[in-house]
Amino acid sequence: MYNEYAGNLNSEGIIVMDQRDIEVILARNLAEHLAMPIFIVNPFGDLLFYNEPAEVILGYRFDETGSMPASRWATIFQPVDPTGQPLAPSELPLVVATTERHPAHSRFSIKGLDERLRQIEVTAFPLIGQSDRFVGAMAIFWEV
Amino acid sequence: MIVKLWGTRGSLASPGPDTVRYGGNTSCVSVEGSKGTLLVLDAGTGIRVLGQSVSQDIERIHILFTHLHMDHVQGLPFFDPLRRPGVEIHIWGPANSTTSLENRLVRYLSPPLFPVRVRDLLSKLYFHELSDHKVEIGEFEITAQMVIHPNPTLGFRIAEDGATIAYLPDHEPALGNNEFPVNGEWTSGYKLAEGVDLLIHDSQYTTQEYDERIGFGHSSIFDSFRFAGEVSARELVPFHHDPGHSDDSIDQMILQTLTETHPGFTVTPGMEGIAFTL
Repeated sequence: MYNEYAGNLNSEGIIVMDQRDIEVILARNLAEHLAMPIFIVNPFGDLLFYNEPAEVILGYRFDETGSMPASRWATIFQPVDPTGQPLAPSELPLVVATTERHPAHSRFSIKGLDERLRQIEVTAFPLIGQSDRFVGAMAIFWEV
Repeated sequence: MIVKLWGTRGSLASPGPDTVRYGGNTSCVSVEGSKGTLLVLDAGTGIRVLGQSVSQDIERIHILFTHLHMDHVQGLPFFDPLRRPGVEIHIWGPANSTTSLENRLVRYLSPPLFPVRVRDLLSKLYFHELSDHKVEIGEFEITAQMVIHPNPTLGFRIAEDGATIAYLPDHEPALGNNEFPVNGEWTSGYKLAEGVDLLIHDSQYTTQEYDERIGFGHSSIFDSFRFAGEVSARELVPFHHDPGHSDDSIDQMILQTLTETHPGFTVTPGMEGIAFTL
């Protein structure tokens, strides 16, 4: 049995993590050393990792949320447009980067666990490895 | 399968009285299957002597390049079977989005770097590009995966009849990895090496040297031991010795690391000429 965002389930129903693609490992390693907020997803758009600067903006520690499917993270942070209307997941730059495989940029607001509304700008781009392997996407965002 | 080391040195060939036991030739390993299929892992200077030992009757040879840095390709034009009419040489190596494997190798096998051109060789060459792939070659099942090292670089897992080896001669899995080596999900090369009978792994530096060369793409011998333990390898072959390390200093590095780590696996230092039967 395969869990798209977390890995395989063994015979005892325990998640056995697959090793990530090298490009994703390197992206995470880079993110852990940068002071810019970064968010990494797999080819399905499921959250794999976000770094400590991102934790400050998102209001959640990664250790608390862990990996999660796109359907969850795209709504958990309650993204809204400048008029306060909820954004559909398909309007989020990371979702564009994974579904359409091109860079995307947008400004919108999110509400983290601390219930504070933050306006952010997000630039997302697909991660494409050798042999045109699409291995996920990465987003850098700023509070504005 | 029979695994034999023909070159164990990294970066630069280093012949001389101080490197007689571990050898001065750069990376080259042969893997011969039970049905006679011959794999050659990298074409460092060690491939020259290997080429002289290959049967005149052989019809097909597979050379698997982890990457195309000079210490891994320098011996290729001196591989005797390349000059044998009709022998099929299948060359497998890392894909690159901008230049084909053939063109990248031709850059080296042409003037002014080398006087003989690829088209002048008498053997029949076939090029195959890999990134993250599984391929069957003769009796072998081979898994290739990109690993951490500058420029596109592959590691290989080779299996035959339940016996497995992993070949990661140039590999820096600790690079930027705060959790190394406790989280296989986020560790380069983990799946390739998981549970293998024989792990041939980059062990180029001492810990002190590594601290000064982080990002060069190689591992300290200490990290190599930790990686082998994390993947539960049964036997580790420290490999890709630094050209500046004498036989005595490699002895010392291995002894010190054994003393510090008390590994739960066998350690057989990578020496030119030794063979393993799996």
